[in-house]
Order: sequence, then structure tokens, then C-alpha cells
Amino acid sequence: MKHQEAPLDPSLGSPPDPTLNAGPDQSRRAFLGIAAGATAAVVAPAFVLQAQAVGNPRAERVSDAHRWGLLVDTNRCVDGCRACVDACDQENGLDLQRKQPDQSEAEWDTQKAVWLRKVKLQDNLTGRVSNLPMMCQHCEHPPCVDVCPTGASFKRADGIVMVDRHTCIGCRYCMMACPYKARSFIHEVVEDQLTRVPRGKGCVESCNLCVSRRDQGLDSTACADACTALGHRAILFGDLKDPASAISQALRTMPSRQIREDLDLNTGVRYAGV
Amino acid sequence: MKRIVYSEWRMPSERYWGLLGILAAVVGLGGLAALHMEHNGHWVTGMSNAVVWGMPHIFAVMLILSASGALNIATIGTVFGKGAYKPLGRLSGLLASALLVGGLLILVLDLGRPDRLLVAITHYNFRSIFAWNIYLYTGFMVIVIAYLWSMADRMGGPFVKPIGIFAMVWRLALTAGTGSIFGFLVARQAFDTAFLAPMFVVMSFAYGLAIMLLVLMFTFDQEGRPLGHKLRGRLMNLLGTFVAGVLFLTVIYYLTKVYGAKNYELVSWVLFDGGIYSFMFWFGWILMGSLVPLGIIYHPVLSQDRNWIVAACALVILGGMASLYVIIIGSQAFPLQMFPGHTIIESGFFDGVNGEAASYWPTIPEVLLGLGGVGVAMLITAVGVRVLQFLPESLADADVLPDDLGHAAPELAGT
Repeated sequence: MKHQEAPLDPSLGSPPDPTLNAGPDQSRRAFLGIAAGATAAVVAPAFVLQAQAVGNPRAERVSDAHRWGLLVDTNRCVDGCRACVDACDQENGLDLQRKQPDQSEAEWDTQKAVWLRKVKLQDNLTGRVSNLPMMCQHCEHPPCVDVCPTGASFKRADGIVMVDRHTCIGCRYCMMACPYKARSFIHEVVEDQLTRVPRGKGCVESCNLCVSRRDQGLDSTACADACTALGHRAILFGDLKDPASAISQALRTMPSRQIREDLDLNTGVRYAGV
Repeated sequence: MKRIVYSEWRMPSERYWGLLGILAAVVGLGGLAALHMEHNGHWVTGMSNAVVWGMPHIFAVMLILSASGALNIATIGTVFGKGAYKPLGRLSGLLASALLVGGLLILVLDLGRPDRLLVAITHYNFRSIFAWNIYLYTGFMVIVIAYLWSMADRMGGPFVKPIGIFAMVWRLALTAGTGSIFGFLVARQAFDTAFLAPMFVVMSFAYGLAIMLLVLMFTFDQEGRPLGHKLRGRLMNLLGTFVAGVLFLTVIYYLTKVYGAKNYELVSWVLFDGGIYSFMFWFGWILMGSLVPLGIIYHPVLSQDRNWIVAACALVILGGMASLYVIIIGSQAFPLQMFPGHTIIESGFFDGVNGEAASYWPTIPEVLLGLGGVGVAMLITAVGVRVLQFLPESLADADVLPDDLGHAAPELAGT
């Protein structure tokens, strides 16, 4: 027996669909309404957050309109004072570092991370003594950036040199290349750290001019603040590209120099009085 | 002149498995050391923020240089047409790739984040000589494999010379690049010279040949394969030339350094006041690594004695380790010259207070990691010669050296 398919066109004799004459499908409308509402509820907060983010310094692209730097007046740097060092350690969570149980004091001193240290110099000829803080010099042509195989060591548009901790493989070639011994390798498991300064075993790090403050639109560094708070005012932070900034004005009036000028790195940190 | 026949290494089974067991143990200890360093962090090593590259890097650079140098024998045979060396081409290629794998493994396992190897493969900064070297090393492996194929396969004959020339140029770039990893560092006085590139090239010739000779004599002796005295003498003469070359470049390197007043302190420190580094320089690098081997190699009686030859080769390798210790670690231990004309009298980060050098003593995990890399290289070689036809049946003088007319070369074939 041959099977016959029902014709598709109702005019051709198929039985009428009882729902066709029952008006619009209310359930479908309700579904569309709920779906639209749910979508708006999910997407709207993103728009609100995005709107809030606009104008927040953290959401703006870093611009080369600024070049951040420091001027250190060694004549004002006080012998024995380590306020800048302590402030740097607290700002960046370096004071949370702990010596390993089996690690000797001597090893700990050479293996812990130091972003900022005090150095005391004596002129070989005259015997004159100077004190100064040493940190990453934020070079315009940083050797650490040139040599990094993965590009983890990088320079921001505003002149800050820092390490991308997601792509640092811990080869330490940047530490070999740095003329200032400014970089530290994290030799141990990091058990405690600050949210604004993520750290991790096996990566390299160094002074980043308190970059989280830059991203918050704050116009200072921890070391400069600490020095000023004590009234020493040996460290001046500011925008080297802004002719009206205090640092630019001071640099115009005061003789200053770069450390390892022979390398022509055009450092962002300048020293007076040494 | 006989046809050259290659065959697998037929060392007695129990001895072979014993050898593999020893090598596997060395590799295993190296692996454990790497795990220990990775798990705890580098504080378990002697490396610090002043001496950032230590003992693992000495082993790694030694193996990488030797890899390039081991291939030198294949180059002499195929590119320069010296027939006596042609039978050694396959072993030369195998050793080259094995030594490179060992060296690279050490470098990778010493990283602070060895788990990020994929990042190193996918992110390149082409201004970095280190990144160039990653290409040079991986390219070297591919080229050596092609070279081995051209030497071993009947179809490969026409390609031997072109691949050989390419491999020669590539490995010269590789060793020059390895030297430049240090030579490009303008920050440190002892580096900061293009001179390290050619110096590393000649070092590679010496160390690679010394390792090759040791492997050759060991494998041949274990199985009683003949190794002609004349051929061995030629190889030793070649080694002598390379060792003398390194010595010459060493003298020039320090003379050029000492010519500038800014480096007086550096050279004086390395040569006289550097403690372990001065000892390594004079006793390790110059005396035991250069003068004594040269004395053996050119001594009419000692140069004929197998044991003395082995001693000469071992001394060249150990002297090479000493030279790399001085070049790589000593150059970091010497303080950075940040304030010429001044003395640092206090520092919160050991900036060479009163000219004092940074201290560094290798720890056991570092040494085990380095030895593990050597073990990997030797393990690959031992397995390679056992399962494939890398070794010629005979290197007797009558079989490989040209006759008195000096133009006949051996005919090559597989078995």
C-alpha cells in the first residue's frame, strides 16, 4: 500500500490548525519580554562601570606627554637616614619579605629584594663624602629592556621602566645588563604581598616610581614623600617634560648629572652635588 | 685505502647497561636538583642579586660551546675535504646535537620560571641577543639533523657539502652569539667587548674537540676498534693549535683591557687580588687548562701515550670550566663601576664597599644540575651510537689516512 503525505497548504484540504485563529501567541511575547529584560540587566552594569571608568587615570592609556623622574640633591641627603628605603619597602610590600629558615643572614642580605638603597661615597682625591639613594634610573634607552628575550622588561610611554610579571621567565639577563644593580630577583616563595604590588617567586623586579600611584593620579613617590616629611627634601619627584614642574625648574638652576653618563642612557633620575 | 663501514656500538651488554645506569643516575640527580630549585626558589643556590648567573651557566655555556666545536670535525671532513676526518663526521654531528640539548636543558631548568618556557617560545624581543640565540640554538639542531642525514643516507651525498657549509656558518654565528651574550653587556667592565665573540669561537673549537677525542677513545677502546696513532696524533695537533689559540686570545683580551686606565683595577683584581678567581685564572685556565695540555700534546713521548692524551683532553675541558668561571662569574663578582674616582664606603646592597667583590660559592643543587646536563648529553650519545651506525668500524691509519701521494680519501658507506 502506497503512503500518501498530507498536503502542506490548508487550502488543499488539510485539517485546520486550531491555534491559527486564536490571536497572537502571548507566551512567545512574554518570553521575548523576559529575555530583553534579562539582557538589559546583565549588560547595563557594564555600561555603568565603563562610564565610571572614563576619567579614572587607571583607564587612560599611558601617555608620552609626561616623563616621570627624580632629582636627588645629595647635599641634602642625610648620613644614616634611611627614611626613603623604609618608605619604599612599605609602599611595595618588601618589608613583608621573610628570611627562609635555613638561610644564613649573609645569604639573605644578598638574596632579598632591594628596590632602593642608600650608598655612601668618598671622593678618592678630596675625601669628600656624599650620601645618596640608588634605585632604577629609568633610562630612556634601558639596557635591561634591550636584552630581555621575552620583552617582559619594558618602558612605559611615560618613561617608567618596569617588569611585566606575566612574561618574565626569570632568566636574569636584565640584571646582568643593568649598570646600576637596580634589579632584584625573587629568590624565595612569596608568602605575603600587597594587592597593588603583585610579586612572585622566580621573577625580576625593581623600582617602578610607585607606578600604582601614577595610575591613581597621585603626584609623588613614597621615597620623595618620606624625605620631604622629615624636612630633608633631598628627593624631588616630577614630570621632566613639564617646564613648569618643580623638578624641571630645579634641574634648570642646579648642576646635576646622570650616573654612568658615559653610557648615554639619558636617565630619568638625576643627581646633584656628586 | 679501504671502504669505511659504520656499525652500531657493540659494547658488552652488561657493561653498556651499567654505563646507562650511571648516566641515568646522574641525569636523575640533576632532575631532582632542578625540582628542588624550582620548588624552593633560587635561595637554595649560591646565586644572588650580585652574581645572578652561577655554576649552572658555566656548565651550560661549556656544553653549548662544545656542541659547536664538536661539529668542527665534520666541517673539516666535508667542507674542507680532509678525507681522514670524514669517517668521524657522523659522531661529530651526534655529539654536537647531544651536547647542545644538555646545555639548553640546564639553561631552561635554571630559569626562575621554567614553567614559562612557552612564553619564551611565543614572545620575542628581537633587540635581545638572547632571543637571537634561541633561534640560533633551535636552528642548529635542525641543521645538524639534516647534516647527519646527508652524511648517513645514500641519497644525501650531493647535499653533504652545501649543508656542511651552512652548518659551519651557522655554528660560527652560534658561538659568536653566545660570546656576544656577554660581549654586548656594556654595564660590566669585564664584558663590554666584541672580543668575546671570536674568543668563544676558538674556545668552542678546543673544548668540543677535547670532548670528541675522549668520547672517541672511550667508545673505540671499549669495543677494541682500531684508532690509528697517526690520526690520533693529527687530532691532538689540532687540539694543541686550538688551545694555543685560546691562550693567545686570552693574552690579547687582558692586554686590551689593561691598556685603559679605567680597567686597571679590574685586571689587577682578576690576575692578583681576586682570590678564587685569580687562582682559577692562573692555576685552572693558564697552567692546567693551557700550558700543561700543550706540554703533553707537543711532548715527543707523552703525546704517544693514551693515558697522557686522555689527561690532556680532560685538562683542556677542566681548564675551560675554569676560564668560564673567571669570565662569567668573576666578571659579575667584580663591583660595577658606578662612581669612578670615588670609593663606596657604605651601601645597603653590597655595591662593592671599599672595592670588595661580591661573594659566590656554588651549592650542591647547582653542581648537580650542571652535571645532569652533561649526563643528558652523554646519555643521548651512548644511546645514539648503540642503536644507529655512527661509529666507523676502523680508524686505523691504513684505512683512513691518504697514501703517500696524499690524494686518496676513504669511500664512505653504511653497512
